[in-house]
Amino acid sequence: MITVKNIHKSFGNRRILNGVSFTAEQKKVTYIFGTSGGGKSTLLKAMVGALKPDDGQILFHDTDITGLHGRGLDPYRKKIGMLFQHGALINALSVGENVALPMRWHTTLDDNIIKIMVKMKLEMVGLRDFEDLLPNHLSGGMQKRVALARALALDPEVVFFDEPTSGLDPIMTSVITKLISDLNRLLGITCVVVTHAVEEAMKSADKIVILYMGKVLAEGTPQEIRQSADPLVQQFITGSPDGPISFSASSKDYREDLLVG
Amino acid sequence: MKVEIITEKISAGTVVKLIGDVDMNTSPDVRTSIAEVFKTGGSKALLINLSGVRYMDSSGIATLVETMQNCMKQGMKLRLVEPSPSVRDVFELARLSSIFQIFPSMNDALNGI
Repeated sequence: MITVKNIHKSFGNRRILNGVSFTAEQKKVTYIFGTSGGGKSTLLKAMVGALKPDDGQILFHDTDITGLHGRGLDPYRKKIGMLFQHGALINALSVGENVALPMRWHTTLDDNIIKIMVKMKLEMVGLRDFEDLLPNHLSGGMQKRVALARALALDPEVVFFDEPTSGLDPIMTSVITKLISDLNRLLGITCVVVTHAVEEAMKSADKIVILYMGKVLAEGTPQEIRQSADPLVQQFITGSPDGPISFSASSKDYREDLLVG
Repeated sequence: MKVEIITEKISAGTVVKLIGDVDMNTSPDVRTSIAEVFKTGGSKALLINLSGVRYMDSSGIATLVETMQNCMKQGMKLRLVEPSPSVRDVFELARLSSIFQIFPSMNDALNGI
């Protein structure tokens, strides 16, 4: 279980997270969505220990990971996997070598054992035949699946997904969404997914967290979110351009900004 | 968490009993113990008793796959005995149940060797 408690983070004068609190339950799928630039990726970076919040706590079971640094984070990092938005595969290495990297880095397992494990992980994402190819010979959707196999390398308890379906066609979006559900259902992996794919999230999430203006606007099951009377929440789930959420990310008054500076 | 490994030679072959969790920290020890069985030789069957294993990760499964590879090279039978339901699930999920011969008890496993 991961508990996010009152997280604050600013970059310069820009406040990105302003007291975010929620819980990602163990062995459940939690989807986080919100406007672009609304702090989702910042929150995810804080949850994986890649970014230190200005204030607040992130508890993995009972351990506050915000208080850990450098090698102190290693035990936590061995228990989590991360699927980066752009895959972050190393193009000079084969698909198989990319998947093997965390095993070589974090374990003392023999090379033959690692080779077998790589085949098992690639089988999970349906790409066992592609082990010897280079990542840039694969489509975007396949690269995401390889990145997922790599995220699963160390049998993580939790996998974090940053926009796993961005840039993918509708079919590949469904494939990745189903893979996330299967990992959770079959392997009991806790999944935390940051996404713009609201419809997919509403179909497969156990819990939805909506971030808006650096705070949690709403959280609950997809059904609870759908039934929300809050017009902001409704605008999020319908994706309507018209509503209380402005497309402008600027907080200063336009007229004042133009005329006064 | 450590894994206890008990190796016993019986007339039908060699029994390796594992007690504890078989994960990325402990599976290299399991691998070393099983390698000893192959080095010693003289067994026509290897029976791995999993009744004391509560948890097995993919490195443990990979170790058993490698053991199967070695058994095939040496013409030995490999039989997995009494895996707990959770360990059995791991085999199912890795789609490896059909690759291994899995038996509910040692008596069943000894049959026909």
